[in-house]
Amino acid sequence: MKKSSNLLRPAERLKIPRQRASEQAPEERNHNFLEVSFGFDEARALVEASRCLECKDPACIKGCPVNINIRGFVERVVEQDYLGAINTIREANALPGICGRVCPQESQCEIMCSLGKKYTPIAIGKLERFLADYEIRHDLFRLPDVIERHDEKVAIVGSGPSGLTCAAELAKRGYGVTIFEALHAPGGVLRYGIPEFRLPRDILDLEIDRVKALGVEIVTNFVVGRTATIDELFGEWGFSSIYLATGAGTPHFMGIPGESLSGVYSANEFLSRVNLMKAYQFPEYDTPIKIGRQVAVIGGGNTAMDAVRTALRLGAETAYLIYRRSRDEMPARHEEIHHAEEEGVQFVLLTNPTRILADDRNWVRGIECQRMALGEPDASGRRKPVPMPGSEFVLEVQTVIEAIGQSPNPIIQATTPGLEVSKRGTVVTDEKKETSRVAIFAGGDLARGGATVILAMRDGKVAAESIAQFLGAKRGAAGNGDAAPEAAPAGV
Amino acid sequence: MLARGDLLEARFPILAKWLLAPTVAKFVIEAPLVARKHRAGNFVIIRINDTGERIPLTVVESDSAGGTITLIVQAVGKTTKALCAMEAGQAIRDVVGPLGNPTPIERVGAVACVGGGVGTAELLPIARALREAGNDVHTIIGARTGELVILEDEMRACSSSVTVTTDDGSYGRRGLVTDALSALLAEHPEITVVYAIGPLVMMKAVTGLVEPLGRKSVVSLNTIMVDGTGMCGGCRVTVNGEMKFACVDGPEFEGSGVDFDELIARNRTYVDLERIADERAACQLTTAQGAAR
Repeated sequence: MKKSSNLLRPAERLKIPRQRASEQAPEERNHNFLEVSFGFDEARALVEASRCLECKDPACIKGCPVNINIRGFVERVVEQDYLGAINTIREANALPGICGRVCPQESQCEIMCSLGKKYTPIAIGKLERFLADYEIRHDLFRLPDVIERHDEKVAIVGSGPSGLTCAAELAKRGYGVTIFEALHAPGGVLRYGIPEFRLPRDILDLEIDRVKALGVEIVTNFVVGRTATIDELFGEWGFSSIYLATGAGTPHFMGIPGESLSGVYSANEFLSRVNLMKAYQFPEYDTPIKIGRQVAVIGGGNTAMDAVRTALRLGAETAYLIYRRSRDEMPARHEEIHHAEEEGVQFVLLTNPTRILADDRNWVRGIECQRMALGEPDASGRRKPVPMPGSEFVLEVQTVIEAIGQSPNPIIQATTPGLEVSKRGTVVTDEKKETSRVAIFAGGDLARGGATVILAMRDGKVAAESIAQFLGAKRGAAGNGDAAPEAAPAGV
Repeated sequence: MLARGDLLEARFPILAKWLLAPTVAKFVIEAPLVARKHRAGNFVIIRINDTGERIPLTVVESDSAGGTITLIVQAVGKTTKALCAMEAGQAIRDVVGPLGNPTPIERVGAVACVGGGVGTAELLPIARALREAGNDVHTIIGARTGELVILEDEMRACSSSVTVTTDDGSYGRRGLVTDALSALLAEHPEITVVYAIGPLVMMKAVTGLVEPLGRKSVVSLNTIMVDGTGMCGGCRVTVNGEMKFACVDGPEFEGSGVDFDELIARNRTYVDLERIADERAACQLTTAQGAAR
């Protein structure tokens, strides 16, 4: 075995505290859309990487949904071989600048880190981001060699994290890939959902450009199911296989009175106006948004955190986050909850809205809520919130943003015969991401119903592997003179 | 079929433009993929430039062989004014569609088509399709004043009768479309369905008129919208007590179920900001013209 390049003895490594990246001050950043965290500089990255105990059987890698060789890249950092380190990440992950910023590391790789048992885990996410930034700053990105080219073309529906990952993996394997995107700009939730203060748009644009540099075409303004159907993509468009990754774009509403009032937004609409349409630069940009002096965001996930922090940045004096369970049950990343608190978001926990109140112009003037108590654990394993009778109270707000979840957009399911869909509206797949229709694969939130960027990316990787196998088998069968499996009929 | 490469970074050139009225322009736009799939009742979302907002516009006509669609736009806010100032040879940044459900076209016998203002343009493809399906089509065109009456000849070509009303009496009958509709329904008891497209107050009034008479009204709702594919929920309307998204569940609904008052109030959400954008654009135009001199 190669001798460790880390000159520190394990006992010495344990004495080094986990390094922290500097950040914009909370009272400053809650008025701008610039990135919150500045990330590690080289010195801090080196110190942080040198804390790694170089486990023989690194658990961190198993915690990573795309199984990045974390131990390997951290070791390259210690050696100051940053090119080697970023390329180690790129072997498993086509979007490191994005994952280093938005992955919930604390519940994936970092929770598995051996150091975490008695000390604090390695800051794997911050190291990944450091390397992605280093790669950009020093212009280190090089296209990988494509060993073998194939004639088959693959269509990918949706240019979010799952579609981009699948596209990159297939392009690296020599397939022609076209991504179809419904909006006018690519990126999916990375573009319309995640705010710039968490994921700067130059980083997103660059990561997408790199996927395009692999030969991937991205066609915007194309709603599959409307502009062309899945069966037309197979037929006249000549695609051999299709990966569906349209995400979970249909916003849920609570179903309480007052949701049609002016001043009530789904988080999707609110965030799309700000992130995709740049309403925060109105009137330089034409899309308007209205924000009250007091704003209430409903929900406890990352989308709720994004919305409430965005509301502050748009000038809200008070931003409430209303969540029906307690802080411990919030599904948002710890870092986002922490940042929201630092920025002055007021958490109204164990509380559920019951109706939205109108002023005489049909605008929101308040939100009536009810206190909740935690009862027995429910199906999700979290304790079920139970309403406390007589505990109603009113918060004076002029804007209400609902961030209580999304389900898949139904357009493709409705226009693709033979595609099996669950009761929740998700497309049903097997573990290889194959759907009920031959040659059609699906993944990300379209199949999961609402998860994370990195799980969507893992699905994209798995699907790319399955599509390559499927097309390879078809080629093999054709080469042997057997009839190749046809794409169109269902259930063959 | 376009070569796939042509779709990358596609723009949407304006091939021809006419003014139908002082503030109403008709555009023929190259958008072959939309043209191939367009059916009466569909709309597109357009964005005129990189800082533009996304706005829905009903497709009035399409030529799938020529790869073009026709849009008719009234200059009311910043975006529509800027669009109406564009000329043939310029290009629209983004056009996506066709979106929304096409109008179900059936042979029901006799129908009335009521268009208010620029809504007449949205109604034209539906009137034509109804006529092609073998219906007897009676049309009412309403406008504020005579010079805003559009598409009268086109409507005559597909209608058994056309009545024009203007608020000020400067052309056709003086009065509202509902006055003309009352008379039409009395004269033609065989009319069973009334298609109404125009301002929300007009569609509400038409629905209020025809429902007690046992006729069905079909209205096309213009709502606040961002993506047009069911993602934002900005277009939500209450229909028969249920929340519907106009972009994917509509844009057409039976008028009797629609909560018009709620939608009328909701559509006013951005009036003051729209005025700011509009005034600012007008101010910049004046400055630019001043500089050009």
